Amino acid sequence: MHIYGYKLPAMSSLLLWGLLWEIVGRTGATFFVPPLTEVFATLFSIIGTPAFLQALSETARAFLSGVFFSIAIGIPVGIFMGKSRLLDELLLPWVNIFVSAPLTALVPVLMVLFGFGMKSIIITTTLFGIWIIILNTRAGVRQINRSLVEMAISFGATPKDAFFKVYFWAALPEILGGVRIGVIRAVKGVIIGQLLISIVGFGALFELYAANFLMSHFWAVLIVLFALAFTISEFLGYLEKKVSYYAASR
Amino acid sequence: MSQTEKAFADAAPLDQEIAVSVRGISKNYGAVEALRDMSLEFPRGQLTSLLGPSGCGKTTLLKIIAGLLKPDTGEIIVNGKTVTGPGPNRAFVFQDFALLPWANVLRNVAFGLELRGVPKSEREDKAEKYIKNVGLAGFEGSFPHELSGGMRQRVGLARALSVDSQVLLLDEPFSAVDEQTRRKFQEDLLALVANENKTFIFVTHSIEEAVYVSDQVAILLPRPSRVSEIIRPSSFRTKGVENIRRDPEYLDIVDEIWSSLRNYVE
Repeated sequence: MHIYGYKLPAMSSLLLWGLLWEIVGRTGATFFVPPLTEVFATLFSIIGTPAFLQALSETARAFLSGVFFSIAIGIPVGIFMGKSRLLDELLLPWVNIFVSAPLTALVPVLMVLFGFGMKSIIITTTLFGIWIIILNTRAGVRQINRSLVEMAISFGATPKDAFFKVYFWAALPEILGGVRIGVIRAVKGVIIGQLLISIVGFGALFELYAANFLMSHFWAVLIVLFALAFTISEFLGYLEKKVSYYAASR
Repeated sequence: MSQTEKAFADAAPLDQEIAVSVRGISKNYGAVEALRDMSLEFPRGQLTSLLGPSGCGKTTLLKIIAGLLKPDTGEIIVNGKTVTGPGPNRAFVFQDFALLPWANVLRNVAFGLELRGVPKSEREDKAEKYIKNVGLAGFEGSFPHELSGGMRQRVGLARALSVDSQVLLLDEPFSAVDEQTRRKFQEDLLALVANENKTFIFVTHSIEEAVYVSDQVAILLPRPSRVSEIIRPSSFRTKGVENIRRDPEYLDIVDEIWSSLRNYVE
């Protein structure tokens, strides 16, 4: 953005909103919004505490496992759905239902099936992330230039070669787009899991702080979470840009 | 006598060995009859064009020869062996180039060899040689989107040459490049046919192009698709590339083909 010919650095509008937050906090209008400076002070004071680090590692473990499963299962399933008409007919209705379903409502069922532990949280996270990854990968595979596939076959590609040397790369821009959205959804999944299934990780901290009206603690943890999700999303966006040189010319 | 047999009887007797023969091929797409009982022979070391109006099944025939499509009846014999699928004795050049957009020129040219399991250093040596041959030296590290259409097709050609198949199948290879590049390509193709001892099967919809580059032109007519005529230009092939286009025989053949095709062009 330019103002009076000066180029503003990216996200400089955040400063304005931060300032507004600070002012509202200072007026003491509501206990719900403490001044931003106070939130950051709290943030730095809790960030090294064992409770915070434990929450971070619990959340990271559940989140990373969930993301791992949604990618490791989602991409192959998406590729196979894009390649095989039969598989597509069989699975597409389910994928479409789950991608738009209110998954939170399913969490109690998961608790009954898989218990109250880490397993259920990981499954919840996976369920939040996986569907959009499948759908995007499938879309990526379906738009592959027919003659690229014929080229690989005519030069004697085995199905494995075709999968790893053509289909995967040709669908990569869509796959990365799907992974980016899937990962953002997985953040939602892990927090919902930690709030509903068993009160651990960041979910436990949110519970604790909100129940005790420790609003600046509450906001501090939320800011950490937002920052993490944003960083991951930006990193995947950066990867997406790296393959965009061929995305347009496939 | 069927039209196909008649066409064969009219054609000049061949003293060459036959590299590829198409025997009684039929292909239907649902209710649409794409090819009916088509037979055709391709002499070794020569370039044969498949020429005809759109919808005459020439690309379908080429893909059947490549093993990319299965015929409903009939068989393809390449060097004495029946074709059951794609094989290393045939290489395909695609109309839209079919290059991997994420790979540079070197890897694209070497990709056919890569799929055949040739070790990296060996296939890259070979690829570099053919990149030079098609006039792309210095572009090994470029990506397809950085090249012009003509250069991209040179990459496609180098890829097909580098696997060293006896038969080259070209599906309207020059239709997506501009007119001047196309003329250069046609001259280069003549040199290629003369220098490499390969059999070329060339699909085109341009009459001039077919007559210019071919040792033999098979005219295909649509609905149902059949070979109506085989023309073998005799005199101008040896006169040098710059004289072909004003040779009386060249002009006569172009005219003759147009008069037999004009009724089929909407």
